[in-house]
Amino acid sequence: MDLYARRRHKNAAAMGLSLAATAMGLGWLVAILGSLLWNGLSGLSLQVFTQMTPPPGSDGGLLNAIAGSLVMTVLATLIGAPVGMLAGTYMAEYGKYSRLTVVVRFINDVLLSAPSIIVGLFIYEVMVIRMGHFSAWAGAVALAVLVIPVVVRTTEDMLNLVPNSLREAAAALGAPRYHVILQVSYRAARAGIITGILLAVARISGETAPLLFTALNNQFWSTDMNAPMANLPVTIFQFALSPYADWQKLAWAGALTITFAILALNVGARALSAGKANLK
Amino acid sequence: MNGTTRRLNFTDSAFRATTLFFAVAVLLVLGGVIAALIDGSLPALRQFGIGFVATEVWNPVTEQFGAIAPIYGTLITSAIAMLIGVPVSIGIAIFITELCPIWLKRPIGVAIELLAGIPSIIYGIWGLFVFAPIVQGTIQPLLIGTFENVPGLSMLFAGPPYGIGIFTAGLILAIMVLPFITAIARDVFEQVPPMLKEAAYGVGSTTWEVVWHVVIPYTRVGVIGGIMLGLGRALGETMAVTFVIGNAHRISASVLAPGTTISATIANEFTEAVGDLYTSALVALGLILFLITFAVLAVARLLLLRYERKAER
Repeated sequence: MDLYARRRHKNAAAMGLSLAATAMGLGWLVAILGSLLWNGLSGLSLQVFTQMTPPPGSDGGLLNAIAGSLVMTVLATLIGAPVGMLAGTYMAEYGKYSRLTVVVRFINDVLLSAPSIIVGLFIYEVMVIRMGHFSAWAGAVALAVLVIPVVVRTTEDMLNLVPNSLREAAAALGAPRYHVILQVSYRAARAGIITGILLAVARISGETAPLLFTALNNQFWSTDMNAPMANLPVTIFQFALSPYADWQKLAWAGALTITFAILALNVGARALSAGKANLK
Repeated sequence: MNGTTRRLNFTDSAFRATTLFFAVAVLLVLGGVIAALIDGSLPALRQFGIGFVATEVWNPVTEQFGAIAPIYGTLITSAIAMLIGVPVSIGIAIFITELCPIWLKRPIGVAIELLAGIPSIIYGIWGLFVFAPIVQGTIQPLLIGTFENVPGLSMLFAGPPYGIGIFTAGLILAIMVLPFITAIARDVFEQVPPMLKEAAYGVGSTTWEVVWHVVIPYTRVGVIGGIMLGLGRALGETMAVTFVIGNAHRISASVLAPGTTISATIANEFTEAVGDLYTSALVALGLILFLITFAVLAVARLLLLRYERKAER
């Protein structure tokens, strides 16, 4: 009887600890989102979205930073997503059983979790030094490099889920391979591929490290892609570490904006792929 | 072959070649990163040689650069993160797979994954303004007080509670790696054949005994792969660490002291670096970081591949 009691107690302790771990994990999420709301809401106003970043001590908003982030994120997605999709297409369709696919998949998985600051250094070396100045283009390309692995991975996974019978049916009607891919495989995997792209957008819109020495930052409104461009993450970084209370307040407002935009993207992407799963 | 077939064949080859080109481009990105980093770090490596990774001095004025302090900081913050993050992540994975009612599985899983979605700069700003004061006010005095008279440990937890420093950075990293390790541990736990678990329950095992004697041994390789993946993240994490590490180029015995990591050094100093040697030393740090994380991530992926093959059998 003693043995049973001991085993029961041990079990209860272990399960209690795992419950505590879960509570802890959820607690962090609540704590972070809570303090974002607490500190961010007080600084959030219409002004944040309509005015430029101010010099210390005066009123202003984050309009140029938000616009710059949007421009670079959209460009990075436009560059990175097609590259990733085509690479993923090769891996799932043409080269499904080739050696190259195994190697690319492995390297891609490593790139997926590689430190983003390294990508910043890489683009600094190959673009900023060559061009002689920081630029929004460099920032967009740095972000594009981060988009590629996410899209490669999801495209390959999603195309692999498409049943072969669909491809065979199309091929039996005489459709050439590329036609099968474009008209059948892509359509069947569309929701999944779009989810992957949305997740990639969510990932890059908060990235700060790769922009620090590519796009740099800009206190003013700029549409020149060959000049440094303001962006939300680096602005938050600079404002948060500044000694000025009004800058810190703007940093919190920016942090709140960016986090909820990203979480919305994440949830949206999930809902999209979940809806697809239900249809099947 | 008639004209249409020939045209279709041509288009198909062209499309195939395009996709192949971009698949190879992924490899070229990796090659490009390595080549660019080596090229950029040559001046520093030529100047300091192997001594670069063995000296602690970091003096931009006299242009003396040694990498040992940031390397130490990177390793020790990641070690703290793993020490705390791994048990918690595995605890959560056990909860989700073994204890949790089915209707609660998805919400908890999604909530934990949202932690991974929060950008690292948010962890930084939260860590500096919200978390560090708490660490300074309660956790650090508690540690200092508890271990004051314990030989060995008193050195580790010595000094004034700054709030920011190696220890706080490690704690933040622990929270950040949590979703990555949990996701993989949960996935591999769920792949354990139900027959194995039911057999263990059938002979009267408790839930804990099933986890400890069946689930964990069966999934060990996969779990270790997940832990290495988390480690890779922790080693390269930049912005969150930059906020709370204190950016001090020295190695202290106490983990409560400010320090620096490779990534934080680059983030803090790169745009202000004047002179080729200074910039090059920072790129060389980047190269070291890339080599370390690449090795860790490669091992992680190999372990996960090995596990997948086992699970398929």
